[in-house]
Amino acid sequence: MKGLGRGLLTLAGLLLAWQGVVTLGELPPYILPDPPAVAASLWRNAGSLLGHAGVTALEIVLGMTLGTLLGGATALALGYSRRARRWLLPVLIASQAIPVFAVAPLLVLWLGYGLGSKIAMAMLIIYFPVTANFYDGLRHTPRGWLDLARVMLPAPRRWAVLRHIALPAALPALGSGLRVAAAVAPIGAVLGEWVGSSAGLGYLMLHANSRMQVDLLFAALLVLAALAVGLYFAVDAGLKRWLPWHPTNPETAETD
Amino acid sequence: MAPAPLGVGLRAARLVYGGLILFDGLDLTLTGGCFTCLLGPSGIGKTSLLRLLAGLTAVGVSGELRGDDGLPLTGRVAYMAQQDLLLPWLNVLDNVTLGSRLRGERPDRERALRLLARVGLADCARARPDTLSGGMRQRAALARTLMEDRPVVLMDEPFSGLDALTRLRLQALAAELLAGRTVLLVTHDPLEALRLGDHVLVMNGRPATLSPLPDLPGVPPRDPGDPAVQAAYRAILRLLGAA
Repeated sequence: MKGLGRGLLTLAGLLLAWQGVVTLGELPPYILPDPPAVAASLWRNAGSLLGHAGVTALEIVLGMTLGTLLGGATALALGYSRRARRWLLPVLIASQAIPVFAVAPLLVLWLGYGLGSKIAMAMLIIYFPVTANFYDGLRHTPRGWLDLARVMLPAPRRWAVLRHIALPAALPALGSGLRVAAAVAPIGAVLGEWVGSSAGLGYLMLHANSRMQVDLLFAALLVLAALAVGLYFAVDAGLKRWLPWHPTNPETAETD
Repeated sequence: MAPAPLGVGLRAARLVYGGLILFDGLDLTLTGGCFTCLLGPSGIGKTSLLRLLAGLTAVGVSGELRGDDGLPLTGRVAYMAQQDLLLPWLNVLDNVTLGSRLRGERPDRERALRLLARVGLADCARARPDTLSGGMRQRAALARTLMEDRPVVLMDEPFSGLDALTRLRLQALAAELLAGRTVLLVTHDPLEALRLGDHVLVMNGRPATLSPLPDLPGVPPRDPGDPAVQAAYRAILRLLGAA
């Protein structure tokens, strides 16, 4: 509750500063509209904003899901096969080294103006943080647990150790990856929409910009921000619920 | 209750670490069914010796390890470390039955619950480890060790992180529950060794050697205030050069 109050206070401060810049700078509304104008536009275009937000949200959620599956599978392969490490690690590094901005036009060319290219973009942008974090977690299973398993097992059973020890032990690291992914996935989707699309908040922003509807541009931006923040908190809450033992969670931090 | 006693023999144990010979040509015999304490200062190689016995080999460590029936020890040893090593995502009961799940066997939950009752955790079977105190966690680890039901139990300073009172209680509990098994307890606390050991070995020097202390009268757990324990305590301190 304290956090919510602080958030509202920050928001109020930002709105006040915004209004101050508009009033004191005597800026025309086609350069920077004031908060009431944006609020009015938000209200006037609520239906269309909601529709475009739905498209963007679908792209983000599908991109997150597929990217997490692909990243998780890659991390498991990297952690458990030396051959996979030799072949996939360079691919992983390259996936991060190539700017998504550069691939975006290609993806639109290949996958079209629809959902596909945006989902691919979101996937591509979260692939590295998810894979790198999860792989890191899989590599750093506390040695004591592995020793215990080794003494308990008469013969090595890698899958049993993975399933019962290494995998759950790496889940908090995967969780860190997912938090980063939730923060950057919207960038991927909107980027895809800018390059070429017929729906989505990115499309709406581009469209509004070209028609000098700066108030609508700002309204779309606000909706996108709300979407991204909502996604982050949803992922964070889910992780806290499913990984209650993890010491970064405030409830258990003191006892650890 | 306990499986048939099994003695353990380690021959020509050798540990080289960073170009330094910590021990070489070391022989260690554990009498079947007896509680042996291995006492020595930190950094002498006690833990490495115990890990060698547990089959946790590492670079620079070697030695010939056999049960007194001539067979290897694999699968006949249980291990308890200084950290409780409880998995934080499992409740206490699932931690106690971890071994059978790793081996792909059906966990014997009734037996696990009986063991939890014996270590005084009957009410905590469903609790997550992070809700327990240090002493309770180490009790859970003891139950997990007993659940493995192995003839040989190796313990690496399992009580050193606990406060004095909890430590005394857990020592008594361990002595009671591990009776009849071949136990090696590594410790740097002379009183703990004298309280719990049927036999006490002192590990000292570089390269380290093992020297047995004269066996004390009485059955463990001994009273730390016992005159025989006190006399032996002073003798150990002289031997280790602390007094």
